[in-house]
Amino acid sequence: MPDASLSALAAQLAAKQVSSRELARQYLDRIAALNPAINAFITVDAEKTLLEAAAADARIAAGQAGPLTGVPIAHKDIFCTDGWRTTCGSKMLHNFVAPYDAHVIQRFKAAGMPSLGKTNMDEFAMGSSNETSYFGAVKNPWNTACVPGGSSGGAAACVAARMAPAATGTDTGGSIRQPAALCGITGLKPTYGLVSRYGMIAFASSLDQAGPMAPSAEDCALLLNVMTGFDPNDSTSLEREKEDYARDLDQPLTGLRVGLPREFFAEGLNSEVAAAVEAAVTELKKLGATTVEISLANSKLAIPVYYVLAPAEASSNLSRFDGVRYGYRAPDYASLDDMYCKTRAQGFGAEVKRRILIGAYVLSHGYYDAYYLQAQKIRRLIADDFNQAFKACDVILGPTAPGTAFKLGEKSDDPVEMYLNDLYTIPANLAGLPGMSLPCGFDGKGLPIGLQLVGNYFSEAKMLNVAHQYQRATDWHMRLPPQGEASGVRREG
Amino acid sequence: MKWETVIGLEVHTQLATRSKIFSGSSTAFGAAPNTQASAVDVALPGVLPVLNKKAVECAIRFGLAVDATLNRVNVFDRKNYFYPDLPKGYQISQLARPIVEGGTLKIVVEGEERTIHLTRAHMEEDAGKSLHEDFHGMTGIDLNRAGTPLLEIVSEPEMRSSAEAVAYARALHTLVTWIGICDGNMQEGSFRVDANVSVRPVGQAEFGTRREIKNLNSFKFLQQAIDFEVRWQIETLEDGGRIEQATVLFDPDTGETRMMRSKEDAHDYRYFPDPDLLPVKLDEDWIEAVRAGLPELPAAMQARFQADYGVSAYDAAVLTGSRALADFFEAAARACGQGKLAANWVMGELSAALNKAELDIAQSPVSAAQLGTLIARIQDGTLSGKLAKQVFEGLWEGAGEVDAIIEARGLKQMSDSGELEKIVDDVLAANPKSVEEFRSGKEKAFNALVGQVMKASRGKANPAQVNELLKARLQ
Repeated sequence: MPDASLSALAAQLAAKQVSSRELARQYLDRIAALNPAINAFITVDAEKTLLEAAAADARIAAGQAGPLTGVPIAHKDIFCTDGWRTTCGSKMLHNFVAPYDAHVIQRFKAAGMPSLGKTNMDEFAMGSSNETSYFGAVKNPWNTACVPGGSSGGAAACVAARMAPAATGTDTGGSIRQPAALCGITGLKPTYGLVSRYGMIAFASSLDQAGPMAPSAEDCALLLNVMTGFDPNDSTSLEREKEDYARDLDQPLTGLRVGLPREFFAEGLNSEVAAAVEAAVTELKKLGATTVEISLANSKLAIPVYYVLAPAEASSNLSRFDGVRYGYRAPDYASLDDMYCKTRAQGFGAEVKRRILIGAYVLSHGYYDAYYLQAQKIRRLIADDFNQAFKACDVILGPTAPGTAFKLGEKSDDPVEMYLNDLYTIPANLAGLPGMSLPCGFDGKGLPIGLQLVGNYFSEAKMLNVAHQYQRATDWHMRLPPQGEASGVRREG
Repeated sequence: MKWETVIGLEVHTQLATRSKIFSGSSTAFGAAPNTQASAVDVALPGVLPVLNKKAVECAIRFGLAVDATLNRVNVFDRKNYFYPDLPKGYQISQLARPIVEGGTLKIVVEGEERTIHLTRAHMEEDAGKSLHEDFHGMTGIDLNRAGTPLLEIVSEPEMRSSAEAVAYARALHTLVTWIGICDGNMQEGSFRVDANVSVRPVGQAEFGTRREIKNLNSFKFLQQAIDFEVRWQIETLEDGGRIEQATVLFDPDTGETRMMRSKEDAHDYRYFPDPDLLPVKLDEDWIEAVRAGLPELPAAMQARFQADYGVSAYDAAVLTGSRALADFFEAAARACGQGKLAANWVMGELSAALNKAELDIAQSPVSAAQLGTLIARIQDGTLSGKLAKQVFEGLWEGAGEVDAIIEARGLKQMSDSGELEKIVDDVLAANPKSVEEFRSGKEKAFNALVGQVMKASRGKANPAQVNELLKARLQ
């Protein structure tokens, strides 16, 4: 059961072989068994989950089920959920219960998918290792001494360990794709504006985008069908006709032009990762694809640009956490300014404070033109590179991350080294393009390797088609991590 | 040394929209604290702003009314600072690309017309209110006002006296209420004025250092604050001191301005384009539709009143002090066909009565049609000016229509010349002394005789007819 696909679970539910309540109970049991070691969840509330599952069963019984009704899902703790605590991985919101549902949550509720809980994440989605969470680091199910990646590390780990059949994530600079790669699952960051940001706690508004995380591309396509759609509450939400992202899954890849950016296979890339990605290219060629070398010359500037723009937006987005209306407030203070200072000094962790400082600095008088404006110009150049590249290819392929999962604590003292982990993922965010990561092998230590696809705007169906065809020909995404004695679960591969 | 005053005004006008600029909450004034604050207004985590199209339409109306440039693409920026009644920790405003740039406004000061240039007008959201009373050493926050749409209208520093500044503020107040984008209620903060004031020696080209007087909510305070500030700046300079750039507050109780913060305390607002909002695009069709919906503007109406009704430029300016007043005047003038007389009555008797009763023109107990009929009765000789005032009193008290009041109170002017001749003869017989004096050259005695005749007729005699008859008898 735990390694069944979403469509298999939906079929079992439809055939009344299992109820949503039974299914939810099985996953809750697995969470109870595995989460103490993995720490993928911040909040689990079995009672609420089972109530939602019972409602789904009623819908199924009444013949009003949608394609995924009754299939449970875990939500990143960045989405506001009515009645559930929403912490964003921060002490600042350790006690915050939103009075409303994020648009994404509304959609999953409307689809009849019960929530299994709120997954752990880097504080305010700022991190690539999930070590900045106020609720403790998440461990990689493939090796609990390693990080799961971040910021959607809890989501990736819970799916990898099959504590949930699927999860929601958000991606500002790679926060869906990098943990998906490090945990051996599939994750997709859609075109900016495809999924509403309403109710998703903002990190960097012009980059943030929610997306699905699941074992396979097919699962992601079904989840994307639920998540996308115009939302009048988000001014950056795109008004487009609804599409079925699963429609092209079975199309052959004959004639597919795969672009290989030479900058993504250069210095800094781990050789085992390079070998696995190259093997995947060979596999795609067997399926009918051709390759073309392309250049994304300005992508080397993506990290510096990102670390100007994202902190700039974050420094402003996080100003609302001031201790006045909700969330954490310092217990003792002498004045209003003192209340602000102590609340924010005590409520935010080191990485969040670092980024607020950087952001405030680059926006300040006399520096704005040199940093913020300059970064915006380069952002445009990076997007132009992609536009140029997509004249020669249908999809761009490369590694998701420069290496595999690293040890807990290994990079937490060196922010720049940590930031380099998002080298290949950030350009898609800056350009607003869709990107996805899928498993393409393991390194010598048995840790998963991720392959990244970047598509043109609104080419999610094409990317999912490529990924699905690859996953039909390979079984990397079917591999399950070792679970120790706790799991009692069959291990494949 | 002779000094010249330089004044520029920044006016915050609250736009007359039903809902807030970035949320669906009501903008109605006076509700219980925080009952009109939605998740967006409270700045809960995850919420996003959605621009109210009506607010943009108001800004377009204004831009068209002052003949300004409308930026076809304009951008919302974030102005970052911390304050408890600023829920997001930033105010959404427009810095680099405001919706309105340029434009002009005509003012009349001491009979002279001047054109004041506008720098810009931009849309922004209002903050909430901090309540310091009733909280025993704590501060209460009311976010009902947070997110109320404002249009901040900035003038060039072209005013040279407090009188000009007040004339500009009044003209602006007239205009924004005229075109229906602001209710103009100054007590409720719908129209708030900041005055940038500096002085310089006459003849000097560069400006002196300015101080900004914040949040003046009446024309009287605007005048008093500027007058005090100018005196203070001149005295400071003449005493050898220097003016430091600062923000000051006006205290109506003392009539003085006092320092709120100096330039050193000025915030670095870290403005940047709000990534939650797309640039606002104005298409030509929309602009033309708004233009088509604009009413006749005060300046055009003043010119028309002078041409069509023969009123003076001054009277035309007074009569267009508000759209309600102008509409009232025009209705009365049309009803009686007597523009000048209608102007005199509206600006004289009616305005005095309204002022005394502290009523607005819209609340006038006497309608424009009634006033028109009243003037028509003067014109056709039914009423003398004096009798007309009595009829006006009747109208004010709600005693009925003009003709009914005349009938009921017997206020009809005497038209039977036989009756009047008898009264004249009786008066002449009873006042031989006055007759004697007049004949010996005392003109005043004639007036006394007129008075006696009017008194004997109980005011109903036509004064012109009385004059005529008396002159004929005495020659």
